[in-house]
Amino acid sequence: MTDLQSPPLERIMVTTRRGITCEVLVGAPPSGQAEGSIVSFHGAAGPLGGEPMLAALASHFAVYAPIWPGYSELGGEEQLEDMQDFTLHGADIVAALDLHKPHLIGHSMGGMVAAEMAAAAPGLFGRLVLIAPLGLWLDDHPIADIYSLLPFEFPPLLFHDTAAGTALMAGGLDFNDTEAIKTFLIANSRRLGTAGKVLFPIPDRRLAKRLYRVTNPTLLVWGDDDKYLPAAYADAWKAAIDGAQLEVIADAGHMAPYERPSEVAVAIEHFLVV
Amino acid sequence: MPDDFRDTERSVWVDIPSRLFDPKVANHVYNEYMDQLEYAESVGFDGIGVNEHHQNGYGIMPSPNIIAAGLARRTSRAAICVIGNSIALYNPPVRVAEEFAMLDCISGGRLVAGFPVGTPMDTNFCYGQIPALTRDKYREAHDLIMRAWSDPEPFAFNGKYNQLRYVNIWPRPIQQPHPPVYIPGGGSIETWDFCLDYDYNYSYLSFGGYLAGKKLLDGYWERVAERDKDDSPYRAAFAQIIAVADTDAEAEKLYAEHILYFFNRCLHVYPGFSDPAGYRTISTIKAGVLDQFRAEMREKWTRLTWKDLVDGGFVIAGGPDTVRDRMEDMIRSLRLGHVFCLIHNGNQPDWKTRHSTQLFAEKVMPSLRNMWPEYEGDDRWWIHPYEERVHADETFKDARRQAEVPSGTSTGSMDR
Repeated sequence: MTDLQSPPLERIMVTTRRGITCEVLVGAPPSGQAEGSIVSFHGAAGPLGGEPMLAALASHFAVYAPIWPGYSELGGEEQLEDMQDFTLHGADIVAALDLHKPHLIGHSMGGMVAAEMAAAAPGLFGRLVLIAPLGLWLDDHPIADIYSLLPFEFPPLLFHDTAAGTALMAGGLDFNDTEAIKTFLIANSRRLGTAGKVLFPIPDRRLAKRLYRVTNPTLLVWGDDDKYLPAAYADAWKAAIDGAQLEVIADAGHMAPYERPSEVAVAIEHFLVV
Repeated sequence: MPDDFRDTERSVWVDIPSRLFDPKVANHVYNEYMDQLEYAESVGFDGIGVNEHHQNGYGIMPSPNIIAAGLARRTSRAAICVIGNSIALYNPPVRVAEEFAMLDCISGGRLVAGFPVGTPMDTNFCYGQIPALTRDKYREAHDLIMRAWSDPEPFAFNGKYNQLRYVNIWPRPIQQPHPPVYIPGGGSIETWDFCLDYDYNYSYLSFGGYLAGKKLLDGYWERVAERDKDDSPYRAAFAQIIAVADTDAEAEKLYAEHILYFFNRCLHVYPGFSDPAGYRTISTIKAGVLDQFRAEMREKWTRLTWKDLVDGGFVIAGGPDTVRDRMEDMIRSLRLGHVFCLIHNGNQPDWKTRHSTQLFAEKVMPSLRNMWPEYEGDDRWWIHPYEERVHADETFKDARRQAEVPSGTSTGSMDR
């Protein structure tokens, strides 16, 4: 089963046919006997470091986690302007990795992209795991505007445990260091600025009308204390994708893969190993 | 706004609840402010200006063109400065080309056309534009408007944000090839280069005053030199809060409470609205020269005293001699050919605004003219009105004269 002591993920570089070069975090079982491959897309907050859920999954699967353009120094984000560009970039990465019908995992914004990919070409992918995906909008449950939040407002919104979440998001940054803050602001502006092309001002690019095309077996994973995307969204996704299963993770917020990596990985493994 | 506004509402801009808006008060202030601008022309100001803000408790002009149209009808000489239309917000932006051309025609060639990128509050939060794409969309809108003004034949425009099969505006502007273009901007090198690429005026509009503004203007003039452009001061404009009385003490007595009302109450903007990720370019963040634009900085302004405001150059206030000295200092040190005089501030009553306007026009303005003799007559950034232009009522009078001459019959109905 999952092992949080798994070896750390490695980094490789791939270049898509469009010409965007990306870092991809990779991991695989030491035995070399993977039970299939997974491509996993991170959310708008970006990889927070360590990626314990992915490392756990890498003890059974060949795991590939591309870093989105704008989330590294490699550039390429200027070529992504709208939802279709994001969707095709995801598919381009799968092609560049030369994978045959990988399972797709997506968290938050990454879930929005993974769902778009599956809707566009369900036959290209295996199973679909969406962890608190963005992409739908319910008028009765307006999603918080992350673009107007002040830095200290993120952790209580995104995490079940605010203190632990604050430590994870700060990533060891010293807020008394002007240069460090500048570096942080630049990175943050580039990251969320890129994400804004599909999330601003409302994270809905009409995916709802395409979800009927998703015929891949689908697992929805949701923290029971997700204050950003409340349970109504889990219900909406479940209703929108035929046969989708829902797994609720206890004591987890929107950032469930970081707060409860082991539990999330177990749920995914159970779903993917058939 | 209510006395407890800062405690009960988080922002004067974007999400200030519209239940605080009283349309009956608006009827009063719209007319009062337009009267004041018309009064400014009557005492000798060269231009009168309006700008665009949305969902804002201190700037209720979402459509400056409506105000400008009113001013164009009731004035005859002053430039009508619309500084300006946030061109990325108009769909399609030919709307701006059309409305500005209308204003230029109605005013007889007196329009100054401003093209701001727009604040994040207006552009991104109120009008939903994607921050990282705002500048790209702005550039495309600019290209479309300028071509619409200059190309005399219909053309197809296949843009990223605008696809139009037949761009063919009616009317066209009187001023050719186009009205003077002003770009209100911050301190980004991209904006300076944009102004210099097209020889547009660069306007720095803030409430931070001229001492703080010097750093930005210095950067601009360095860039002008690097680009081998002439250093005509008319390339630059600057907005400054001004209050004139008979003496310095009188100025504080008359105006302090209203200007403090503006800084302490009106500039209460939620910091989260000041800088959405993607709005500023990476190079601008790295340069770090825009700090005075940020809401955190504005929030500091809300705790300033009158002495802070005067000493810090936020406000040029005093008797005519004091104001004249400081204006000259500002104009020379920032190298300005144009100054936007912000004379009505906060809850300042009409009579005080007129008093200050009149004193400035009579006792300050004359000595500020001809401060740049080496560029005398440089009108590249100023209006070129049509000499034979007509004004409100003139066509009506013509018609009446014509009606009277041949028949001599009564025109009583017209006289009413």
